[in-house]
Formats: sequence, structure tokens, C-alpha cells
Amino acid sequence: MTSESKSPILVVENLRTVFHTPRGDVRAVDGVSFELRPGETLGLVGESGSGKSVLGRTVMGLISNDARTTVTGKVTLGGVDVHGVKRAVRRKLWGTEVAMVFQDPMTSLNPVKRIGTHLTETLRFHLRCTRKEAEERAVELLTQVGIPEPKRRMRQYPHEMSGGMRQRVVIAMALACDPRLLIADEPTTALDVTVQKQILDLLGNLTTERDMATVLVSHDLGAVAGRTDRVQVMYAGRTVEQGRTSEVFAAPTHPYTDALLASIPQIENAPHSLLRAIEGNPPDMANPPGGCRFAPRCGYADTTCTSDLPLLQPLAGPGRSVACHHPLLAGAAPVGSEHTHGR
Amino acid sequence: MLRQFVLRVLELLAVLLLVSFGVFALLSLVPGDPAVAVLGEGREPSEYAALRDEMGLNDPFFTRYFDWFGGVLHGDLGSSLIPPVVPVWDRLVAAMPVSLELAGLGLLIALVVSVPLAMWSAYNEGGRIDRAIGAFTFGLLSLPSFLVGLVLIAVLVNSMGWFPRTGWVRITDDFGGNLSHVFLPALTIALMEMAMFTRILRNDLVTTLNEDFILAARAKGMPPLRIMVSDALRPSSFSLVTILGLSIGRLVGSTVIVEYLFSLPGMGRLVIEAASTGNYPMVQGAVLLIAVVYVLSSALIDLSYGYLDPRTRRARA
Repeated sequence: MTSESKSPILVVENLRTVFHTPRGDVRAVDGVSFELRPGETLGLVGESGSGKSVLGRTVMGLISNDARTTVTGKVTLGGVDVHGVKRAVRRKLWGTEVAMVFQDPMTSLNPVKRIGTHLTETLRFHLRCTRKEAEERAVELLTQVGIPEPKRRMRQYPHEMSGGMRQRVVIAMALACDPRLLIADEPTTALDVTVQKQILDLLGNLTTERDMATVLVSHDLGAVAGRTDRVQVMYAGRTVEQGRTSEVFAAPTHPYTDALLASIPQIENAPHSLLRAIEGNPPDMANPPGGCRFAPRCGYADTTCTSDLPLLQPLAGPGRSVACHHPLLAGAAPVGSEHTHGR
Repeated sequence: MLRQFVLRVLELLAVLLLVSFGVFALLSLVPGDPAVAVLGEGREPSEYAALRDEMGLNDPFFTRYFDWFGGVLHGDLGSSLIPPVVPVWDRLVAAMPVSLELAGLGLLIALVVSVPLAMWSAYNEGGRIDRAIGAFTFGLLSLPSFLVGLVLIAVLVNSMGWFPRTGWVRITDDFGGNLSHVFLPALTIALMEMAMFTRILRNDLVTTLNEDFILAARAKGMPPLRIMVSDALRPSSFSLVTILGLSIGRLVGSTVIVEYLFSLPGMGRLVIEAASTGNYPMVQGAVLLIAVVYVLSSALIDLSYGYLDPRTRRARA
């Protein structure tokens, strides 16, 4: 891990994103902090509605202070205070310092624009190069993301391509101007299972080659497991557990992480055995429960949990911490958690 | 491609055939005696009967239709029943350019104003500017066009004296004079259309701006105005283009109030005057020509969908 020695490209400090809605304030992101160095990959995991996509967008500055949104805390991206500078300055970071890969390649490409235009407009805008240079670079990019016959594909429209191919185009678009940070927001959720692995491998290879820092947002723990250095488990806008991916997955300490891992179907499970789903639903973010947000669904919760909000407490292991009053420490596992997480 | 084009043309011809039949049938059902229109009132009943016979009005319906339609195919729409007795075609050729210019310029002004206005409104969705533009266009829509015209006349003609009050100069005679005569009536039309265009485009833009590909374009660092023009406008313009096409057809035939207000010799006036005097060949000819404009403009609109959205283009075999 030589990345430890480099200075961080991204520093997120106590970030909060609050949406002011007619139903009240929704705290989509509620005090999240992390750092990312070049070459490092961070996984953000959690259920739908846990605030991970909003976190990704707020980090980038796509979500910022406006009439309906309040962002507090600090995001420093390549030395720039993302939410402290003017919009025009922030926009200069997009595409060149930080880029995003979106969830659904069916909707994240403009249906009336040719594939080539998607790429060349970005290149020409940021690099101020000629049409010809941009086209050559675009063909090169399409080749890098594994699209056959790139010259012919350049002239096609998004609807003439499959989902997997489109996501490759979206990745090529994101990498066009060599950003130093890539935020991949559920990049494989909308794809066929067979294509998911290809896309994740492609992302992994390209970011390693370029020594890019990557945030991989996903609800799919399997996608995060082998492909991230560190993982941050989100619940109701807060980080509940973080640490090295291998360590967190081998020995989860937060009951939510534990339950998430237990809900993954295992190949060795008996046929037709019930999946271990997590009971209940994520809380209403306009009106979150007092105390620990997970307490209403937690098998270990007591009165402390429903009254006091647990803060992240460091544990043994590099960067390892958990926000729980009753963390599942080795040997302290309660009866009934006999399942294993050998993945 | 050729096959599709031929099919498309045949389709248009079939529509026009139906229209011609409708036009002919409709006017045959209209009350009023053409013989009275020609001879005036107070003649002997036998004189009217003789004229009706001579005009072929006693022939069976389909005989009359095919007589008329045969003429139409040869470019002969008949002659005016009311003096001056000139071929209908000559009157239409004089009136049509006036209406087309009026409608064309009016729609052009409307588009030039409404597209930026809609973008500005949509960009500030829910904000003060958006609401102000919404209220302004809503107000304009609720005003009758003659009132708008009268206000324009009162301010720009009577007070400022910038434009001539009435009359018409043909574009081939004096371009500047033509423009100064057509501008105010065109502006009157434009204000109404502009209000409608702005509201329609604004709503579609707001929908498009919430699409993922707009977020993706922002995330690439594209500036807002560029995203608006290069990413959002085209996918948002379906309703606008459809309304625009319908407006061409509608305006060519029904700007009567504006034509009267500014004393313009256009199609609307021609139709109303012919209808009120029972000059039925004139009405038939005019309505048929307006229908042709309608059909052609909607055909153009259909073609433009292919440009607006490549997904609607049929695969080239």
C-alpha cells in the first residue's frame, strides 16, 4: 500500500446534506467524513435510501447549496474547497479532477446525440483541441474500454447499443480528460449479471492503470468485496462502520453490517432455504428515529440505543471504527448469529 | 427510402382527396341560394331557376363534385359569383402570400422570443423568474387578440407613429414598405403564439432537465447555457414543433380579426367575405388551399420528428 504515503486527493469532513422539502427537512447525508488517496478505492455500501448516492453527488458538488438544499461540512478535492468556491470554479473540476459514472446507462446518455459527440464535446471543451484530435482521442478511449469497431460506434446513437456497451461509453466519457477521482454511482445495478463483472473489472483495471482514486457506491456487497481497499457502511445518512474491506467483511462489528452480510445468498446454503432479509424498512429521513437510526430494526437494541445517538468509535485495525453502543466484538456474538461470512 | 417517400406522398394525396370532398359537400349543405347571390334579390323566380340550371346546381351531387374536382385538377377553381367576376385562383394567389407572410413572420417572432424565455424560465424552475414568466404568458393568453392589436395600434401607431395604421404593400414592390405594414399584425399574432410556445417548451424543458443525461452533462463540466442549448432543447421540442405545425395551418386561415384590424387583404378576410355573400366557388377554393397548407405543414412536422429524435427514424434497409 504505497498509497498511504501520498497526500489525499479527497478530504470529506463532517459533510451534511439537508433537503428542505414540504414534508420537512430530510437529512440525506448526516455527518460523514473520509479521505481518499491516489490509487485507493473506497466502497460506499448501504440499502436504497441510505444516502450513498447523495453523498457521492455532494462530494462532487453536483448537489450544493441552493434554495432547497443546505450543505455543511467541507469537501476538499485536489486542494479546492468544493462548496466554498463559486459555481464556475467548481464546474472546472468536473470532468478534469473528478468524474462520475452513473447508475443507468440507458438514461445517462443523451438519446439524440451520437456516441462520438458525447466524447468529443467533453474533450474539446476541456482540452481545447481540434475536432480531429478529439475524434482520434475518442476512438482511443472507446478502444480502451473494450468497444469493438470504435470508428463505426462513434457514429451510432445510444439506442443502437446494448446496456453493457453504453456503460462502457459512460466510463470512456468519465475518463476522457483523465480525472484524478472517479465516483462510480452503482455502475452495474442496471446491467445484466453477466455484464456486471466485466464492467467492474474494466473499472478496476482502468483506475489502477491511471492511479486514480475511486469511490464505488453500491448496494451490492459482492461488488465491493474484492474490488475496494476500504469500505464505509452507510445507514440513514450516517457512517455506521468503516475500515479495511477485508477486515470489515471478515468480522463485521455493527449489527447492520452483520445483517447485510447475512442477507447475501450463499452458494452453500441448502436449496430453497429462506434468505435472511433485514426486517423492516430504512427510516423515514424526514423524521428519523431518535438515538441510533438502526435501533428499531436491530436485534441487539436496548434503551440506550433508542435514546443516545452512537458516534464512531475507533476499533483495533487501521482506520477501523464503528458507531454502535453494543458492537459485535469477537467472542461477544449473541446467540443466533452463527452464520459465517467466508467469501 | 424511396418506397417510404412514395407511400407518404400517396397518403397526403388521399388526405387531400378526402378534404376536397368534405369541402364540396359541406358547402352544398350551406343554406342560401347561389342564384340569388349572382342576380341579387327581387327577380322573377323563373330567372333564378334558369340560372340554377345553367350553373348545373340541379345536377346530381356526384356529377357536380366531379365537374368541380376535374376543374381543380386542371388548376381551375371556377370563377367568383360576385363581381368582379375573376377566376377564384387569381384572388387566392393574391391573398395567400399575405396570410403566409403574416403567419410566417408571426411564428418567427414568437419562436425567437419564446425559446430563450422558456429556457430562462425552466432554468429557474420554481423561482421568481419562472413564476413571473408564467404569470406574464398566462396573462397574454387570456387576452383576446383584437385587444392586443388595439393596444399595439394605440401605442405604436397613434402615439409613436412608428408604423402605418393599415394597408398593404406587396413584398415584390417595396420590401421595406412591406415589412413596416406586416410587422404590427405579425406582432399581434406573435404575442399570443409566443405565450403558448413559452409555456409548452418550458414544461418540456423542466422534464428534460431532470433526466439523468443532463446530470451526466453537468458532471462533465459543461456550462449551463450550453447544456440547455445542446442537450436539453432538442429532446424537449416535440410538443413545440407539433403546435408550431398546427399553428401554421390555423393562422393561414383564421387570422380574420387581425386582418380586419389592420385592413390586410389576406385569406381570412377573403373567406369571410365570400361566405357572407354566398360566393361558394371562392369559399371552396380558399378552404381547399388552406387545407393544402395544413396537410403540407403537418407532413413537414412529421419529417422533423426524425431529426429531433433518431429513435423514431426508420432503419434504412
